Amino acid sequence: MDQFLQQLVNGLSLGSIYALVALGYTMVYGIIKLINFAHGDVYMIGAYTAYWVTTYFGLSFLPALLVCMVVCGLLGVLIERIAYKPLRKAPRITALITAIGVSYVIEYTTQFFMGTSVRTYPPLLPNQSWTFGPITITYLQFVIFSVTLVLCVLLTLIIQKTKIGRAMRAVSADENAAKLMGISVDNTISFTFFLGSALAGAAGILVGIYYNSATPLMGMVPGLKAFVAAVFGGIGSIPGAMVGGLFIGICETLVTAYGNSMYRDAIVYGILILVLIIRPAGLFGKAEKEKV
Amino acid sequence: MAELLKVSSLSKNFGGLAAVSGINMSINEGELIGLIGPNGAGKTTLFNLLTGVYTPSEGLIELETTQGKKQIGGLAPYKITELGLARTFQNIRLFKSMSVLDNVKTAMQKNVGYGVPSALLRTAKFYNAERWVEEKAEEYLKDVGLYKKRFEAADNLPYGEQRRLEIARALATEPKILFLDEPAAGMNPQETAELTDLIDHLRKKYNLTVILIEHDMSLVMNVCERIYVLNYGKLIASGSPEEIQNNEFVISAYLGEEI
Amino acid sequence: MSKNLLSRTNIIWTVLVLVLFALMTLLMQMGIINSYYQSVIFNICINIILAVSLNLIVGICGQFSLGHAGFMAIGAYSAGIITKMIPNYWGMLLGILVGFVISTVAALIVSIPTLRLKGDYLAIATLGFSEIIRICIQNMKITNGAAGLTGIPQLTTWPIFFFCMILAIMICTSFVKSAPGRACIAINDDEIAAEAMGINTTRFKVIAFVVGAILASLAGAIMANYFYVLTPGQFTFNRSIDILVMVVFGGMGSMSASVIAAILIGLLNMYLQQFTDLRMIIYGAALVLMMIFRPQGILGTWEFSLEKLLEKWKARASNKGSRRRYYG
Repeated sequence: MDQFLQQLVNGLSLGSIYALVALGYTMVYGIIKLINFAHGDVYMIGAYTAYWVTTYFGLSFLPALLVCMVVCGLLGVLIERIAYKPLRKAPRITALITAIGVSYVIEYTTQFFMGTSVRTYPPLLPNQSWTFGPITITYLQFVIFSVTLVLCVLLTLIIQKTKIGRAMRAVSADENAAKLMGISVDNTISFTFFLGSALAGAAGILVGIYYNSATPLMGMVPGLKAFVAAVFGGIGSIPGAMVGGLFIGICETLVTAYGNSMYRDAIVYGILILVLIIRPAGLFGKAEKEKV
Repeated sequence: MAELLKVSSLSKNFGGLAAVSGINMSINEGELIGLIGPNGAGKTTLFNLLTGVYTPSEGLIELETTQGKKQIGGLAPYKITELGLARTFQNIRLFKSMSVLDNVKTAMQKNVGYGVPSALLRTAKFYNAERWVEEKAEEYLKDVGLYKKRFEAADNLPYGEQRRLEIARALATEPKILFLDEPAAGMNPQETAELTDLIDHLRKKYNLTVILIEHDMSLVMNVCERIYVLNYGKLIASGSPEEIQNNEFVISAYLGEEI
Repeated sequence: MSKNLLSRTNIIWTVLVLVLFALMTLLMQMGIINSYYQSVIFNICINIILAVSLNLIVGICGQFSLGHAGFMAIGAYSAGIITKMIPNYWGMLLGILVGFVISTVAALIVSIPTLRLKGDYLAIATLGFSEIIRICIQNMKITNGAAGLTGIPQLTTWPIFFFCMILAIMICTSFVKSAPGRACIAINDDEIAAEAMGINTTRFKVIAFVVGAILASLAGAIMANYFYVLTPGQFTFNRSIDILVMVVFGGMGSMSASVIAAILIGLLNMYLQQFTDLRMIIYGAALVLMMIFRPQGILGTWEFSLEKLLEKWKARASNKGSRRRYYG
């Protein structure tokens, strides 16, 4: 039981990272119905940016976090403007193939310049931990929880309370009607990409420190898992992405702890397929049907 | 005349909205029935229920088949088509990437009579069946006057011809009952008159029962033997064209009540 | 369409194929095509099988599958394991057949529940399935885990590559020009209308998926029996994307386009071999540019048809004749 609680804490910290990435998937899907395959790679760029600014510019954690978020946010906007904007009216499959292409370009361009070697970070956070009964929480885990919590609250506030948040909801509900109401659809979509990618950037630095490594292909598998998290929670739903991320993180940690860690990834894909078959709309999603 | 299709207390709710409710209809073999009503009255929903696109919330749809009466409400659309109901679509849904001829051939799936193995091995059965399918498909195209355009892309046909191709495609499924969803929409009076003749011709040639949704009253009143009127998802009247024209409920549904 | 098996076009095709085969064999035996180019050609044969079979699923039937590598892995490992036990052609045949059976079963398990899903959801589900297959192979004893199989007998020869490729192309083109093929195209065009025309959409989607999966497993099997070594790393998601690139690059829905694209990309890979990273960047950029500027692929849905070509020639010849008469 004690070990179980400890694994739960570990799972929650991993899950928080997935949740941050899943939010980006869900927001982008919610607004332009695109599975942004390159999202996992934006997260990888976040990890590399963190490596870069902490190693070469000696930034401490918080400034590095902010730089990562801004860099990734801008990268997200750039991707959207170059690759996805011309395809807004194209079939969804066309956009999906484009996203896969973008993902390839980012991964292998990074590999081209940085090589395949693993990059490690300078110590950024105190090597401290607290023990509450059977549970030990490291400083890093505490940081992960707090950063995720703060970002989720901020995101919810932006979406619910600000003008641009209202615009995002409007475009997501009906792009054409939003346009008629004088909302700049292009800017709103770009802003959505900025927010989602910034969250991925935050996840990137957190995961980079968590595993103390950054590699060019690190984004692919966690990206897919975060997508699974988004689908599990109901793609397009913000709370769904948070819950889904935590769920996937916990599942994965428990499988590693009690089952065969080699099958960890297989379990996540299995969950995805089960969700798609049993309840394709996910926990918080709404089903759509074509009008005849 | 024997009863072919019987609908009893058929309802469909979307969430809290009753799109159609408590519909009772009885359709005899060989009849030509009109289904009219103001916009949003539930006509297309009723078609979708009868052809299997929607599952009824309540009620029965019974079709007279070779194995006796069969409840078809809620069956998959392709099964309903196999049992002898075919339809056209209000917002034309042709197979756009195919030629006119292939559109019709595709609808002959249930009678084509060979499977994947024959197709892959190119057996004699395959070639014979394909020859038969082609001849038959050409005949349907001659019926609707599109034989000369059989090699053109379906997408390139003018609007009126696309509607006629939809009819030919529906015929190719060898239906007993043909559902036409606004066949004259977007046609000029001359085209509508030609369509009227076409429906009459096909009905006799293939021994069809036809049910059509239409807003063009000249078409409905000219060809239909019996008319059902829907309003707010309920049947408000049925009868011959003369009866309907003089029915006060129908008049008020279309023109509004006097204040 | 040709009206019977011994039609003029079918005979001409057979002759062309045999001439091509004889010519290539001759060049190989004379050493003009050396062993390096031979392996490039063999890879192209494998890729053609993969591309036409994926095109059947994605281009013809419109079911966006990202799991082709999984079925290929099943075929490769079945053949690899069995030929290691029975190192002769009977073993290879048995391996191929076992691969067919397992990939058919896997394809049924994958497709029956997931083909209800639309577009991008289906893509992710098939991707997940293919990764599950790979992870299982990576963790099983019989497949020797992540280290993979080595010392697989080299049984695949040039005639086997060539005729397997021809067989795959024939199966796919015959399928397209038949009633089941029309049903699949109809599903791709408009699923609701297809269903209303009496087409059991699930059934035909599953058929296309299974036929595609079987051919992918054939490609895997002949590959395993040529390259000695198999590792799970050969069958990642990237492999599925490689195949998809060929289909998209050529033109979804056109078999001739897939064949041409597989050849072009095979040659391109040969030149880019020393720059692996660069190759992937070019792939990615090509996909993006292709989707933005020419989403229908280089050839679109254009399909090479010998019959039409012959008719055109005939028409031109008779035109000339008639013109001469007219002016004469």
